[in-house]
Amino acid sequence: MSHTLTAPPEAPPEQPRAVASQPGRRAATIGVIIAAVVLLVALVALFAAPAVEDAPKTTLGFSLNSFFVWIGNLNPLVQIPIAVVAFGAVVALILLVIEFAPRAGRGYFWMRLVICFAVPVLAFMLLRPYQNAVLYVVGIALALGALLFFFDYRSRAGAGYFFQLVVFLLPAAILLLLGLIYPAISTIYQSFFDKSGETFVGLENYIWTFTNPEGFWSVINTVIWAIFAPTLSTAIGLAYAAFIDRARGEKILKLFVFMPFAISFVGAGIIWKFVYDYRQGEQIGILNAIVTLFGGQPIGWLDQTPLVNTFALLAVFIWTQTGFAMVILSVAIKAVPTEQLEAAQLDGTTPWQRFINVTVPGIRASLIVVLTTITIASLKVYDIVAVMTGGRANSSVLGFEMVNQQQRFQSFGHSSALAVVLFLFVLPLIIYNARQMRKQKEIR
Amino acid sequence: MATVQEAPAYGARAARKTARETRRNEAQAHKRLTSRTATIIAIVIAIFWTIPTFGLFVTSFRPGADSQTSGWWTVFVNPGFTLDNYSEALTSGGTALTLGDSFLNSLAISIPATIIPISIAALAAYAFAWIDFKGKNLLFVFVFALQIVPIQMALVPLLSLFSRGLEINGTAVFPGFELRDVDHSFATVWIAHAIFALPLAIFLLHNFISEIPTEVIEAARVDGAGHGQIFFRMILPLAMPAIASFAIFQFLWVWNDLLVATIFAPTSSLPLTQTLNSLSGSWGDRWYLQSAGAFISIIVPLIVFFSLQRFFVRGLLAGATKG
Repeated sequence: MSHTLTAPPEAPPEQPRAVASQPGRRAATIGVIIAAVVLLVALVALFAAPAVEDAPKTTLGFSLNSFFVWIGNLNPLVQIPIAVVAFGAVVALILLVIEFAPRAGRGYFWMRLVICFAVPVLAFMLLRPYQNAVLYVVGIALALGALLFFFDYRSRAGAGYFFQLVVFLLPAAILLLLGLIYPAISTIYQSFFDKSGETFVGLENYIWTFTNPEGFWSVINTVIWAIFAPTLSTAIGLAYAAFIDRARGEKILKLFVFMPFAISFVGAGIIWKFVYDYRQGEQIGILNAIVTLFGGQPIGWLDQTPLVNTFALLAVFIWTQTGFAMVILSVAIKAVPTEQLEAAQLDGTTPWQRFINVTVPGIRASLIVVLTTITIASLKVYDIVAVMTGGRANSSVLGFEMVNQQQRFQSFGHSSALAVVLFLFVLPLIIYNARQMRKQKEIR
Repeated sequence: MATVQEAPAYGARAARKTARETRRNEAQAHKRLTSRTATIIAIVIAIFWTIPTFGLFVTSFRPGADSQTSGWWTVFVNPGFTLDNYSEALTSGGTALTLGDSFLNSLAISIPATIIPISIAALAAYAFAWIDFKGKNLLFVFVFALQIVPIQMALVPLLSLFSRGLEINGTAVFPGFELRDVDHSFATVWIAHAIFALPLAIFLLHNFISEIPTEVIEAARVDGAGHGQIFFRMILPLAMPAIASFAIFQFLWVWNDLLVATIFAPTSSLPLTQTLNSLSGSWGDRWYLQSAGAFISIIVPLIVFFSLQRFFVRGLLAGATKG
């Protein structure tokens, strides 16, 4: 099968595709629309109806949950291949469906009919026992089938076009809908309610965020992080990339600075707690050893307020992210045409002028990517604060404080409000980037 | 198969030639564009960046009593090394797990949590790149913009979705998973990591996949290949550099993650980062254990990085450096 890309031999030749303008088809289309609307209304009514107590639950004996329970009782290492193979089978099935969906002929008609029923049956089977499951299955299958046939009749791009599109996008759409869109809306909603989530409190949680010391300092610190982390790590990364560009041993020099990026924030936190270690007498942390060497008193870096400890934490973050900035910018610098640099040199410019006037404009796009990525990462930072100070001594940030409020104080209202504030900080960045993306598309 | 075997040979020859030319050009450029001061500053930065790690690395090999009383730099005048810290760190642990157990957990979390989002994102990226539909650009920007949602914001609702399910007006739409009591359950962690990786993965893979020349796809279509075959036989192999580079990043992120696993994993499924953290929490002064533990946690990311280094930036930057 690997020699050509022709369709498998058993596939019949494609038949002429359906076109909406044929008179008989139009009536069929209208019929299908009406049927679909009726079914959808019925389905909505079914969901809206009050639940019947103790209605019998239909089950097929096997469910996604039972699979997860089964796999969860195995050894962790055994779980890896099983999970990968099971998931691979699902993806293979998706591709198979996509491949066969647009074909015409009686066999494919039946196949698609089967799929229409198989999808809801499988869904309910996988989602554990339901009341009225049979009703749902029939309803959803009919609605699904009607929708598919409707779009096939309408489509100018050929039969199965819509079906394929949906199957390609469906897994991602379901995950994003359940995991990001629904939670985002739900969190915004939650932020107007108190701890229990039942009493509406208006803007009280937001007022708390800006007046309570923990909330207030986490906002201030987050702003400081968002300003200093991207600028400093990008500046150092850029300088380093420029300095070692085409130098001897460039690869090894790169590795030294890149390595912290591969280390977890927890690992980095431990490494730097050791650097900041504070005690009386003999010092084992290098920073205080240097301070005492010059005759100073040892300093408890992580307890120093105001803001000293924030910058101590910030240093750890910059230490890890500089490598990322350096690697990306180094590639960009190499892509700047040498001719331009040589031309500038012939004009008698200094290396610094060449750098500012030729190199930096040449890597502008990469600079934006790096700055945005690091800013977003710094806004969401959690691990460093959790590992090193646990938010002590006004060193908290929004990303940490909201988890703290939720885990330790079970205060979902406060935690949601903090999350929404964080969301508002990220918003302008994404808008800016989406605009840049649009512009680039237009240039192309 | 013949063409497949020939390809690397031809590629290697061309690569050697290019490498030779590049080296010559670089040597010339080197003379003209670098300066001694710049190199010295770079070396100073490199030293600054390495000292913290190096200090902990030395500590991980020093006997516990030594590292408690003297700085790691004294090892140069007063050497003393041991491997006990590593064996002790592997068998001692935080609150529930030993470091060795949680090391396995980290592997079991990271590998599926890398493969799952990339496959799903590749499917979606292909649809965005090569299937035309109304509102495509708008939808794509919307997916990209979902990066806006901080992980922290999604945690509470997602957790309740996993444990309690979703109900509309008393009717269970999604019943939820009951996995809290299952010993080594990673399912919810996999799903959560997959979800959080999707917006960026779709964005990056789309950038790469949409740059594949139209003629290649058209030729396949003329030969009668459907979207399924095109995706599996052409897009996947051609997009391998991008997939590999994102896979490295995703693996590093998941391996190094603390937050998602802490929230979603049952106690006995917690990853290395969590155990490492509680190791330092409960034994505030046992630097020798923490340092050894930290290096055990660094090994896997470093292996992944070194072995797959050549894929690294190539795929990730497609579309980003242009314009």
